Amino acid sequence: MLANVTTFTLDGLSSRRITVEVDLRRGLPAFTIVGRGDAAVRESRERVQTALLNAGFQFPQRRITVNLAPAHLRKVGPGFDLATACGVLVASEQLPARGLEHWAVFGELGLGGELRHCRGVLTVAEGARSAGIAGLIVPRECAREAALVDDLEVAGVASLPEVAAILRGQPPPQLPPPAERAGQRAAAPDLADVRGHSEAIRALTIAAAGSHNLLLSGPPGTGKTMLARRAISVLPPLTREEAIAVTRIHSVTGRHVGEGLVEQRPFRAPHHTISPSGLVGGGTLPAPGEASLAHHGILFLDELSEFSRPALESLRQPLEDGIVAIVRGQRTVTFPTRFQLLASTNPCPCGHAGEQRCRCTEADIARHRRKLSGPLLDRMDLLVHMPRPTPEALDEDGGTSSESVLAAVLDARGRQVRRLAGTGLRSNAELTPQLVRRLVDADAGAHATLRDAYARGTLSPRGHGRILRVARTIADLDGSARVRAEDVRLALHFRRETVLDRGALAA
Amino acid sequence: MSTCDACLRRTALVALLAPHVERGRRDRRRLSEMLALPDERLIEALGADRSAAIRRAHEAFDPALARERLGGASMHAVCRHDPRYPPRLLEADDAPAVLHVAGDLERLAVLADRDVPAVAVVGARHASAEGIEVARSLGRGLAAAGVTVVSGMALGIDAAAHAGALEVGGPTITVLAGGADVAYPASKRSLHRELVRTQAAISEMPPSFRPFRWCFPARNRTIAGLASMTVVVEATERSGSLITAELAQDLGRAVGAVPGPVAASRCAGTNALLRDGALVIRHAQDALDEALGIGVATAMTGRRPAELAPPLRALLRRIEDGRDTIASLAATPDEAQRAIAALSELELLGFVRRGPGGHYVRLP
Repeated sequence: MLANVTTFTLDGLSSRRITVEVDLRRGLPAFTIVGRGDAAVRESRERVQTALLNAGFQFPQRRITVNLAPAHLRKVGPGFDLATACGVLVASEQLPARGLEHWAVFGELGLGGELRHCRGVLTVAEGARSAGIAGLIVPRECAREAALVDDLEVAGVASLPEVAAILRGQPPPQLPPPAERAGQRAAAPDLADVRGHSEAIRALTIAAAGSHNLLLSGPPGTGKTMLARRAISVLPPLTREEAIAVTRIHSVTGRHVGEGLVEQRPFRAPHHTISPSGLVGGGTLPAPGEASLAHHGILFLDELSEFSRPALESLRQPLEDGIVAIVRGQRTVTFPTRFQLLASTNPCPCGHAGEQRCRCTEADIARHRRKLSGPLLDRMDLLVHMPRPTPEALDEDGGTSSESVLAAVLDARGRQVRRLAGTGLRSNAELTPQLVRRLVDADAGAHATLRDAYARGTLSPRGHGRILRVARTIADLDGSARVRAEDVRLALHFRRETVLDRGALAA
Repeated sequence: MSTCDACLRRTALVALLAPHVERGRRDRRRLSEMLALPDERLIEALGADRSAAIRRAHEAFDPALARERLGGASMHAVCRHDPRYPPRLLEADDAPAVLHVAGDLERLAVLADRDVPAVAVVGARHASAEGIEVARSLGRGLAAAGVTVVSGMALGIDAAAHAGALEVGGPTITVLAGGADVAYPASKRSLHRELVRTQAAISEMPPSFRPFRWCFPARNRTIAGLASMTVVVEATERSGSLITAELAQDLGRAVGAVPGPVAASRCAGTNALLRDGALVIRHAQDALDEALGIGVATAMTGRRPAELAPPLRALLRRIEDGRDTIASLAATPDEAQRAIAALSELELLGFVRRGPGGHYVRLP
């Protein structure tokens, strides 16, 4: 007898419908799986057989052939366990076939017949909906994630007997209640922990308000990393649409299992030894990299100069387009990468440039600068130096709480959303040169200040547009409808490379 | 006729012996004594076991070929017998036989008159931001008053002095240890290009010559010889700039130094010079008063207004007191934003400059 079960396999950030065909016939007992499966699929035979027996079902002593269709697609992962088991049960007439007309199944089996959580459940559920399937059975831990998809009946089950009950026509169990996550946001570290660094906090506020990229420089131990880790606490909460996009990526990479919707903006801080494919994604079966994991959140590159040149170069496309395309043979997979870039660096090899204790020669600093400079530095909107805090600042309480900064950021973002209505953009950082011209209203003084800076040669044409975007954000924070000269001056201040300033170092 | 055959031969000999000079110095013979020796004695003193080969090469020297090479490198040369050779330099016994010039030969004219002053500004390679600013402003102030700034294009003070002079269009002359057409240090390529284009780079060594260690103190003797006064900005106790000062003193030229904090090792050399009676140079005006006579020329003060608004004046004072970063001037982000605005204005007016590490430097 033949049984057909519908399940899905992951393909980048989308899923493909797979039909698992199970055929039982007389002959020497055997259990074969064909259809380009990986090691996890091959090993699935042992799990399915044992799970069925331990869950109290019969394992037919027949010649069993399992085919995963379409045959040309490579199939990965243990998600086929449940489909294979259901196919065996139906083919051996332990279950009626009609249940499988309504339900698709997805899940890994344990030897005792229990269902284990799987990565990529949200993507599978989205695939099920677009394939026009009425219901999806998934492991109970992943049920809330699958339920994020509208118009799809989701059954969260804990074991094979429960699956059998649903396929026999019983109503699926209630979805588990949402996990307690109220404390999550409060647990994020607060800006009030930072002492001194008033200039850097202002720069971080501007960056958060306009989604601009920010480079922090300063001696070791001054608090660059500490400040960067608090950047999340001053960013607006994710919209539902953004949260689903983040959940999809994190679920596919197995970093987020069984927690429903991701509600906090991601903060990714990869180590500087990371490879280009680790950063932007890759692998023979392309998987998203850190740039995509930081989608709608922050990608923090600590010690920017230590990252390999190829790794930094690979960030150009994601930074520019908000998307990365990975080409493998005939196929191209794209991952979204709309992250905000935060980076930190020592100002010179020893880290103490500008202080008396710096022992670096001008040539050392020039070499250090060269490592940083180039395409990436040009894409930094704000550069701020964090000198050692003064002794008084260390004694004082941090004055600026994340709450107050967040309020200002939300206010400024509100203005941007109103201005950008109809463009599909959400922040000043995304403004194209055309939109800057159309939407950024600057007064005569602002234009004069910009012209002056451009004439002095301290600004590239690309920098020119960047200054206006940052100035727009500064004016938004101030509640001003027009960009004024002072906004441009402040933007220019944060644009100039203090430490990396050629003029300041060489004569 | 700008160079005679004998002087070209002499230059070629020094270049030929260059790899052996370091050994000669280890014999505790003074470099300037050595460089003053006549050809034959020089070969004996330095050639050692290779004397014969060097003598043969020296005898085979072809002046025409040397002139051709100079032309090929678009350079000029003047020997000590040429009237255009700077007369002040001739006062030294060990003056170079030939000066090779990259850039227009006419620019040497600023050194043609013994009574027209030129000031050497030299100092540490590893200089502080303040030192760099002082050197730059000395270069600017002296050049603006028409006084030629002589220096060695080294990192730090030297390069800053040249750059300051270039800001007002010179005159400035750089003396290099290697060939005048080679930018040394290489990181000063753009400065070298600018100096050759609008000013002049000179060297006693032939074109494309790569300098040996001894070439740097040798170059210092040329700097000291060309200048009517030598000013040292920041030098440690063992600095090469002190050699320049000493050589200048030996030639009876004025020596000045910029005072620094007594505890700072980077200023130990200059402070020692001051204790020994060097002139105190605080700014370009002090140097101009010494070089030209008191009150003859006024160093320009730039775009600075006479009266500064009280808040800006207070801010300037706090920077002078060492609160030189925005974080140390402002406790809250709002204050920081106001401080940035005020500092931008002070910078525009030429009172401060933002230096490495976000430290604001009070400009002299």
